[in-house]
Amino acid sequence: MLYQQIAQNKRRTIYVMVGFVLLVMVIGMAIGYVFFNSAIMGVVMAIIIGGIYMVMMISQSTSVVMSMNHAQEITDESQAPELWHIVEDMALVAQVPMPRVFIIRDPSPNAFATGNDPEHAAVAATTGILERLNREELEGVMGHEMTHVRNYDIRLQTISLALAAAISVLVNIGMHSFWWGGGRRDRDNEGGGYLQIIMMILSVLVIILGPVAATIAQMALSRNREYLADAGSVELTRNPQGMISALQKISTAQPMKAADASSAALYISDPLKNKHSFSHLFDTHPPMEKRIERLEQM
Amino acid sequence: MLTTIIVIVVIVLIIAIYAGIYNGLVTARTHTQESWSQIDVQLKRRNDLIPNLVSTVKGYTKYEAGTLEKVVALRNQMTQIPAGDHQQMMEVSDQLTSSLKSIFALSENYPDLKASQEYTKLMEELTNTENKIAYSRQLFNSTAANLNIKIQSFPSNIVAKVHHFVQVDYLEVPETEKAAPKVSFDD
Repeated sequence: MLYQQIAQNKRRTIYVMVGFVLLVMVIGMAIGYVFFNSAIMGVVMAIIIGGIYMVMMISQSTSVVMSMNHAQEITDESQAPELWHIVEDMALVAQVPMPRVFIIRDPSPNAFATGNDPEHAAVAATTGILERLNREELEGVMGHEMTHVRNYDIRLQTISLALAAAISVLVNIGMHSFWWGGGRRDRDNEGGGYLQIIMMILSVLVIILGPVAATIAQMALSRNREYLADAGSVELTRNPQGMISALQKISTAQPMKAADASSAALYISDPLKNKHSFSHLFDTHPPMEKRIERLEQM
Repeated sequence: MLTTIIVIVVIVLIIAIYAGIYNGLVTARTHTQESWSQIDVQLKRRNDLIPNLVSTVKGYTKYEAGTLEKVVALRNQMTQIPAGDHQQMMEVSDQLTSSLKSIFALSENYPDLKASQEYTKLMEELTNTENKIAYSRQLFNSTAANLNIKIQSFPSNIVAKVHHFVQVDYLEVPETEKAAPKVSFDD
C-alpha cells in the first residue's frame, strides 16, 4: 500500500511537471504571436526567462523563504533540545544530512521544509507546534518534512515557484510592449483572415487563462506531494498513529499570524486556512480528513 | 584484427562489470558497518548517562535501591559483551530499556525529582538516546537487507562467493516494541 502510493505519486509528479514546462512554452508562444508577430521568438523568450528565474530561485531560496516567514535559525541543540534531537533522528533514518533548523514565533502549530537538495535543506517549526505536540506527533511531522527533503520535493517546489513567477513576467512583458505601441502589425490582413482571427482569439485566451492554469498546476503538485510525504513519514517512524494525532491537533488550530502567502504550499498544513467553498482547485493542501483517512488505511 | 578487437572489448567489459559489482558489495558492507557503529555510539552514550541518572534519582528517592541496582547491573553487563556479538548486545540493551522505563515510571511518585532541572535534562538526553538506538537499528536492518539481497541475487552472488562476503543477521525487534515502537518518556 505504502510503496504503491509512493510510486503513483512520483509518476503523477512527472506528468504535472512536464505539463508545467509545456504551459510556460505555450504561453510564451501565444505572447510571441500576439505581441511580437513571431511564435518562435515567444518560445525562446519563455525558455530564457524561465531559466533565469530557476537559477535565481535555486541559488538563494532558503534564506529568502526563511526571512519571508520570520524564521530564526537555531544553531545549537540546547536552544530547543527536543526539536533538535527529533530532526537528528529523522535525518538519520531518512539517510540525509542534518538540515538547518529554524523556529518561527507563532502560536499556530505548523512546520515546513525548504532548500534545493538534501545537502542544502532547512526545516522550520512554529513555537505553537513545539508546545502542543508530544514527541511521537512531532516525530511524525518532522518525518513528513524530512520526506519532502529526501524526495527532492523542496527543489520541485522551488522550481514550480520559479516557473509561476516566469509566467507572470512573460505576461507583463507582452502587456508592456502592447501598451508601448509595439504589438502585432497588420501587414498581411488580406486573405487567411478567419484562421488569423481564430489564432488571435486562442492566443489571447491562453494569455488570460495561462497564469490561472499555472496556479492550479502548482497547487495540484503540492497536494500530491503532501500525501506522499505523509506516507513517507510513516515509513520513517513506523508509527501512523503519531502522524494521525498530529494532523488532528494541527487541523483544529487557528491560522498563522504572519505566514507568507506564496510559501503556503510549503507548510505541512495550510497556514492561512483558506475556506474555498466552491472547489478545491486552489487549495495547496488536500483536505485533512482525506489525509487522515489514507494514513488509517496503512 | 576485428576479432581481436571484439575479444579485447568483451574482456574489458567483463572486468568493468565485475569491478562494479565488487565495489557495490564493498559499499553495502561498509554501510552496514557504519550503521552498526551508529548503534554502538548510542549504546555507549547511554552507558555514560546511567551513572548520572542513578546519582540524581538516589538523591530524591530512598526506597528504590532495587530498581537502580538492576539498571547498574545491566549497564555493567553491557560493557562486558564482546564487540562483535550484535544479538546479545541488543538483548541486554532491550532489558536495559525496559528497566530504565521503570525508573521513569517510579519518578511519578516523586514530584520533587520530576521537577528538578537536572532530571528533566537527563530525561531528554535518555529519551533521545533510546530513540536513536531504535532508529539506528531500523537503519541497520535496511542496510543489512541491501547487502543480503546483493549477496543472494545473480550475478552479484558469484562475486560475493569468490570474495567471501557473508550475509549479515538482522537485529530482531522484541515483541513488546513492535506494538509501540518508539520510547516516549514525556507523555
